[in-house]
Amino acid sequence: MKYHGVTLHRKLENNIGLLIFGILFVSSIGGLVQVLPSVFQESLSTATQNSHLYTAEELTGRDVYIQEGCHVCHTQQIRPLVAEVERYGPFSRADEFVYDRPFLWGSKRTGPDLHRVGGKYSDDWHRVHLLDPRSVVNNSIMPAYPWLAEKQANDMGDIQKKMRVLQKLGHPYSEEQIAVAVDEIDGLSQMDVLITYLQVLGTGLAEENR
Amino acid sequence: MTEIRETYHDGVVKRLVQFSIIWAVLGMLVGVWIAAELIWPGLDLGQFWLSFGRLRPLHTNGIIFGFGVSALMATAFYSVQRTSNVPLFMPRLAWICCYGWQVVVLAGGLSLLAGWTSTKEYAELEWPFDIAITILWVCFAVVFFGTIATRRIKPIYVSNWFYGALIIVIAMLHIVNNLALPVSLNKSYSIYAGAQDAVVQWWYGHNAVGFLLTGGFLGMLYYFLPKQANQPIWSYRLSVISFWAFTYTYIWAGPHHLHYSSVPEWVQSLAMVMSLILLAPSWATMINGIMTVSKAWRKLRVDPAMKFIVLALAFYGLATFEGPMMAIRSVNIVSHFTDWTIGHVHSGALGWNAMITYGTFYFMVPRMMGRELHSVRLANIHFWMALAGTMLYVIAMWGAGISQGLLWLSVDSIGELSYSFNDVMASMVPYYGLRLIAGIIFLTGTILMAYNLFKTMWGRHTVSVSPPDIVDEIHGTAHMPEPEPDFDEGTGREVPA
Repeated sequence: MKYHGVTLHRKLENNIGLLIFGILFVSSIGGLVQVLPSVFQESLSTATQNSHLYTAEELTGRDVYIQEGCHVCHTQQIRPLVAEVERYGPFSRADEFVYDRPFLWGSKRTGPDLHRVGGKYSDDWHRVHLLDPRSVVNNSIMPAYPWLAEKQANDMGDIQKKMRVLQKLGHPYSEEQIAVAVDEIDGLSQMDVLITYLQVLGTGLAEENR
Repeated sequence: MTEIRETYHDGVVKRLVQFSIIWAVLGMLVGVWIAAELIWPGLDLGQFWLSFGRLRPLHTNGIIFGFGVSALMATAFYSVQRTSNVPLFMPRLAWICCYGWQVVVLAGGLSLLAGWTSTKEYAELEWPFDIAITILWVCFAVVFFGTIATRRIKPIYVSNWFYGALIIVIAMLHIVNNLALPVSLNKSYSIYAGAQDAVVQWWYGHNAVGFLLTGGFLGMLYYFLPKQANQPIWSYRLSVISFWAFTYTYIWAGPHHLHYSSVPEWVQSLAMVMSLILLAPSWATMINGIMTVSKAWRKLRVDPAMKFIVLALAFYGLATFEGPMMAIRSVNIVSHFTDWTIGHVHSGALGWNAMITYGTFYFMVPRMMGRELHSVRLANIHFWMALAGTMLYVIAMWGAGISQGLLWLSVDSIGELSYSFNDVMASMVPYYGLRLIAGIIFLTGTILMAYNLFKTMWGRHTVSVSPPDIVDEIHGTAHMPEPEPDFDEGTGREVPA
C-alpha cells in the first residue's frame, strides 16, 4: 500500500488516453466550482434601475472606444476605496454592466478611470481633448485622435444588425429603436458618437445609490 | 535492421525556431516603440495604426502567440520525438501547423492594427481568427499526442505531461472565453455580459499565463534542463506532485485580477487563497530544477545555454513568489491597475519565458545543425544584456507601480486627495525612461542571438538523427539523458570524443 500513489501514477503515465482524461478532469474542477456558478448567477445579469441600455448612437460610440483600444489605458471600474470614490465618484456596481458586451473594466490605469466620466466635462472639452490632449491637460501622454473627426459613424458597421444580435443576447431593443437606428447616427462622425458614449458613462446609477 | 532507418523530423523544428526568433525581434521592437510612446506621445505620427491602443495588443499577441507559441511548438516537436523514440506522427500536419500558425499571427496582427478587437486581454483576435486558432490547435494536438501514442518507450516523460496540459487546457479556455455572436467578419459580441464576462475572461487570461506561459515552458524546462545539465531530474516524485497540484490549483486563481471589483466577493477570496496555495507547486518545481543543476554548477561558467536556463529558473521563482503576494487583497489595493503589474508580467515574460527559450535555442540549434554555435562569446554578451535589461525593467516598474499605487490612495489629514491624477502621471517620466532603456538593452541582446543563430543555421540542412535501437521499457530510462561530450573550460567548446 505504501506505493499506492506511485502505482496509480504509473498507470496514468503509461497510457496517453488516461493522462489526457486526468488533465482535463483535474483542470476543469476550478472552472466548474468557481466560474460556472458566476455565469449562472442571476443577480449579475439582471437589469435594475441602475442599468442603462445603450442607444444606437451610444453603442456605436462604444464600438469606436473599442476600436481605438481606449480600454488599454483607461479602466471602467471604481473600487470601493475612499480615495477612489473621492477621485472618480460612486464605486461601480455589477448591475451597471449588464448590457456591456464585452466588459470594458480594463486592467491598467495609464490614464484615469472613466466609469463616471459622463457629464464631468463638456462636449467641447472632449472634442478639443481628443484632437489635442496636451492643449487642455498639461503633461498628458494620451495620443491624439484626429482621424475620428473625419471618419463617419456609419463606417462602424451595420448598426441594425448589431442591435439585432444584441437583441438575441437579451438586450430589450424595440423594433422602433432598431428602425430609426440608421438615421440616428447618420451624418455623425466617429468622434461625435464617441463623445456621446463618454457622456453617458456611469450616469445610469440611480439617485439613491449615489 | 536492414531497411533505411527512419529519422526524427527536425526540419519543422528548425523552421519554427526561425519564426519564433523573428517574432521575438518584431514583438520586442513594438514593445520598445510603445514604451517610447508613453514618454513622447507624438511618436504615433498621427497614424491610427501606430496609436498606443492598437500597438499594445499587437505587442502582447506577437510575443505570446508569435514568439511564445512558435517556441513551444518547436520544443514540443523536438522533445516529444526524443522522449518517445519515434519520429513525429503525421509530419505533414506538423508543417501545416507551423505555417498555418505564422499566417494567423501575421494576419491577426494586421487585424489588430485595423482596429478589429474583442478587447479581451490575450484573446483580442476576432472570431474568424479564433476559429483558425482552434483548427490549428487541434492539428498541434494530433501531431503531439499521435507521436506519444506511437511511442517506443513505455513511460510518458514529465515534459510531455506539461506540453499535454498546455494543449488541453488552452483549448478549453480558448473556446469557452471566445464564445460570441458574430455581427460581421470583424465584429462580434461576447455571449457573456459585464461582471460575468469579466469572470470568464480572467479565468482565461490568468490561465493563459498559467498553462501557456508557465506550464508550456515548464515542459521546456523538464526536457532541456536535465539534458543540458547531463543529470536526471532530481526528484521524480516531486515532479509528479507538483504537476498535478499545479494543474489543479492554477485554474482557481483568475479572479484575483478582479479584487474589489463588482464580481462576488467569495469568488475573489477563493481566488486569493488558491493563488497563495499555488506558491507550493511553483516552488516545488523550482527546487526540483535547482537540485537537478546542483551537480553541474561548473557548466554555468562555460555554457551559455545553461546560464540562460538556470537564470530563467531563478526568475520563475521570483515571479511565482511575487504573483501570489500581489493576489493578496490588501497588497492588490496598491498594485492593481499600476505599472507594478507590468513589471511583474515582464519579470515572467523576459526573465522566465524569453530566457528559457533562448537557452533551449542555444542548446537545440547547434545540435540540429551538427555544428558548433557561431559565437559563444556573442551568446555570453547576450546573456548579460538579457539579465541587465530584465533587472532594469523590473526595478523601474516596481518604482513606478508602487509610487503610483501609494500616491493615488494618499489622502491628507482632512480626507482630501493629496495628488491629482496628472501629478502622479507626470512623475512617471524617469521610470518610463529607464524602462525604455531596459527594453532597448533586452531587444539588442535578442538581435545578437538572432544573428548568432541564423549564422549557425545558414546554408545547412538539419542533420539526420535516428531513434535509438534499444527499446528499454524499464521505468525511468527516459529520465536518463545520453552522455554528452565534455566542455573545455578554457574555450567553452566541446572536447571531441
